[in-house]
Amino acid sequence: MPRDGGIGASTKRREDIRFLTGNGNYTDDINLRGQAYVHFLRSDVAHGRLRKVDASAAEAMPGVLRVFTGEDFVEIGGIPCGWQVTDRFGEVMQEPKHPVLAHGKVRHVGDPIAAVVAETRAQARDAAEAIVLDIEELPAVVDMKAALEDGAPKVHDDLTSNLCYDWGFVEENKAAVDEAFGKAAHVTTLELVNNRLIANPMEPRVAVADYNRSTGDYTLYTTSQNPHVIRLLMGAFVLGIPEHKLRVVAPDVGGGFGSKIFHYAEEAFCTFAAKALNRPVKWTSSRSEAFMSDAHGRDHVTRIELALDADNNFTALRTETHANMGAYLSTFAPSIPTWLHGTLMAGNYKTPLIYVNVRAVFTNTVPVDAYRGAGRPEATYQLERVIDKAARELGVDPIALRRQNFITEFPYATPVAVEYDTGDYHATMDKLEEIADLAGFAARRKESEARGRLRGLGVNCYIEACGIAPSNLVGQLGARAGLYESATVRVNATGGITVMTGSHSHGQGHETSFAQVISEMIGIDADQVEIVHGDTANSPMGMGTYGSRSLAVGGSAMVRATEKIINKARKIAAHLMEAAEGDIELKDGRFAVAGTDKSVAWGDVTLAAYVPHNYPLADLEPGLEETAFYDPSNFTYPAGAYACEVEVDPDTGRVTIERFAAADDFGNVVNPMIVSGQVHGGIGQGIGQALLEACAYDEQGQLLTGSYMDYAMPRAGDLPFYQVDHSCQTPCTHNPLGVKGCGEAGAIGSPPSVVNAVVDALRSAGHDITHIDMPLSPSRVWQAMQS
Amino acid sequence: MPEVSMTVNGKPAKGQIEGRTLLVEFLRESLSLTGTHMGCDTSQCGACVVHVNGRAVKSCTMFAAEAEGAEVTTIEGMAEPDGTLHPIQAAFQDHHGLQCGFCTPGMVMSAAALLKDNPTPTEAEVRDYLEGNICRCTGYHNIVKAILAASGQDVSRIAAE
Repeated sequence: MPRDGGIGASTKRREDIRFLTGNGNYTDDINLRGQAYVHFLRSDVAHGRLRKVDASAAEAMPGVLRVFTGEDFVEIGGIPCGWQVTDRFGEVMQEPKHPVLAHGKVRHVGDPIAAVVAETRAQARDAAEAIVLDIEELPAVVDMKAALEDGAPKVHDDLTSNLCYDWGFVEENKAAVDEAFGKAAHVTTLELVNNRLIANPMEPRVAVADYNRSTGDYTLYTTSQNPHVIRLLMGAFVLGIPEHKLRVVAPDVGGGFGSKIFHYAEEAFCTFAAKALNRPVKWTSSRSEAFMSDAHGRDHVTRIELALDADNNFTALRTETHANMGAYLSTFAPSIPTWLHGTLMAGNYKTPLIYVNVRAVFTNTVPVDAYRGAGRPEATYQLERVIDKAARELGVDPIALRRQNFITEFPYATPVAVEYDTGDYHATMDKLEEIADLAGFAARRKESEARGRLRGLGVNCYIEACGIAPSNLVGQLGARAGLYESATVRVNATGGITVMTGSHSHGQGHETSFAQVISEMIGIDADQVEIVHGDTANSPMGMGTYGSRSLAVGGSAMVRATEKIINKARKIAAHLMEAAEGDIELKDGRFAVAGTDKSVAWGDVTLAAYVPHNYPLADLEPGLEETAFYDPSNFTYPAGAYACEVEVDPDTGRVTIERFAAADDFGNVVNPMIVSGQVHGGIGQGIGQALLEACAYDEQGQLLTGSYMDYAMPRAGDLPFYQVDHSCQTPCTHNPLGVKGCGEAGAIGSPPSVVNAVVDALRSAGHDITHIDMPLSPSRVWQAMQS
Repeated sequence: MPEVSMTVNGKPAKGQIEGRTLLVEFLRESLSLTGTHMGCDTSQCGACVVHVNGRAVKSCTMFAAEAEGAEVTTIEGMAEPDGTLHPIQAAFQDHHGLQCGFCTPGMVMSAAALLKDNPTPTEAEVRDYLEGNICRCTGYHNIVKAILAASGQDVSRIAAE
């Protein structure tokens, strides 16, 4: 049994109270005295030459303070990209300029052209309508393959083409992979689309910026998953503000799912305008703006081939992917289809030879970047779909084919550059078969058929690389940042602890789970521990929360800092009890001399640290506060097996999820309740991708899904209860908590099982169908049944 | 500017507003009751649900002026004055029915309206009723479970972890 409030306990979340009572403090809840409001006038054409922006009438409107245009930002740095990919020929990617406000051209619907700052939000909005635009509309490129054809309209006139990069991985293996395909007993090929999605955290983005003319300091409140990263990117690369003069605060943030990692033009604009106008400036995105300005996710088109020998062993894998970058390079965009995708193509299998080719393409669409899973869902989807197809072609059980090819010995060096430290894929598959009651499927299918419904079962595995990431490695791969994490542990005189972490919680419950770790280490009540995050003014440089990295990297930094605290406290305790330091044991919040009944309480030691009357001042500084930076030595590799059962209405093509089960291996688990919640949410988004969600553009680059009336967000009625399990635990071997990360697993692991299940259902009725592209809407499924 | 007055969480409230001011804007900006959230601009997401004269209403769909003289309850009015959570709020915490917390006020207010009309709903009725409340974090599992639990039904057979 875990101790109450310690590691392994499903402690209720402390942050819930403020959220449940309406006392959260989200960015839009922050209002600064004298603030003005900005409204962005956005392009309603996908591609056009910006001939003239006439704001004279708008500037004369009531309450308008100033109208800014691209001309005001000509001398200002553009929005930077944080990752430079090198292509298969050794050349660096094409990297276009990304102005804060469009200049010369507009490149996607939603590209901001002008910003009106006024006394009220309504006045700013009204005045924006009085701006007269002269835009010469140009042909737009939306389809990736068309964008790469000779003579295609160029998104950026100063680039040689719309190709950002042509990446091959591992390039040296290409000939060997091709040779293996020549010798294969069987080759399965599949072409598929990983549909473009919009992250849609329920809180739209907001920025409130302030400039203090007395000190010259800036403060930006913003909806970010990583305030230090925003401070660095915006301060150093856009506005030229030194970090010590810029404070970035990300208070309560209403979900992110990747879309709030990136540095966006709107927050740079507000910070710039706050000084220009000497007024705090606030922008609150509407949902409609969010659809055309938040970075989108996924949008890959892939051809995957799997080679097998006569015994059904996987011998080689080859993929060609087109990845949409949109009109500009968002912060981490180039890394998603490459290093977060190609390196995962081995999956859970010992395929010896793999070659991945990715062509990243500029189009007249919103920039595309990380969305929950980021590259790993795309890898998993292709691989787990092609394996299912191979099993059908070969007439073998899809689970047996997977099991036959599982990696079983660890550490395992894949042919795509990563080394899995630990795992047990048979164990998670065994657990899945149990919790999903796969043995009972045949009876359930019979029952469905009796009601005139088709029933299908889909299973898949997944692996992901989390705990992002070893800095020296990602530096070699093109990252322009380190990916360590930081923590300061400040022990107060009376024994309470304040932890300042560089991780950021926007739904993950760190205030509860991080406190459980400290409680376990020291043996004090978790109530004695406060977790502070989201403010560059009080926490050391941190990289924030994404890539399921918070506990694995941020938690590890906190453990290291706490270990330093305990070491120092042990010295103080030894002094207080006149004992040898080596004899001091910490247990249940007391330091004891081993083998004696002498002990001092945690609070006695902390008090001595700050009131050092009886204290080894010659050897030890007073105070009890330590900082640690933790840089992981490897990624972590959560893995698991998922099963989905669907019913298909043969008359309408409507798919319903009847059962969904997930068996995950996250290594050690700190708060099982929170971990289950993370998996639930990920599955909800994964089912959303598989059945409902698609961001659609027409051929002219008009966004067809620009609101919740057109973009099908999963509702409660679309989803079932999920059976989730994380009792299979192979602890991570290289971080102090043995944790792997759980935030993205559900979104990575669920789409293939849904599609596998629908294909299975249709085939059970004799339809010779091998694939349907997501989302599996009733019309697509119905059409597939007619063919 | 016209003046509007109403009763909010049992207390009289009034303010001078533009005619086009939405109820949600009046609550958030004039009364600083920021627990009611705006998650969309098409009346889909339900983060702004409050009770007006005992009925669940999307406060982004109603002008503040339309609430003249009305009894309005927001999420801030749900707990007891001493801080004791409303049973629905408590059930959301007990069953981890929230993560980022942004949709939560609207979820709680909708759930309260549901249970008032239908004290022991089925799972399907809960899911159907929440059609106008979008959550992106939880996959709805623990929200549905929390509402069933708040209605006094046994949820122990629904997978906890």
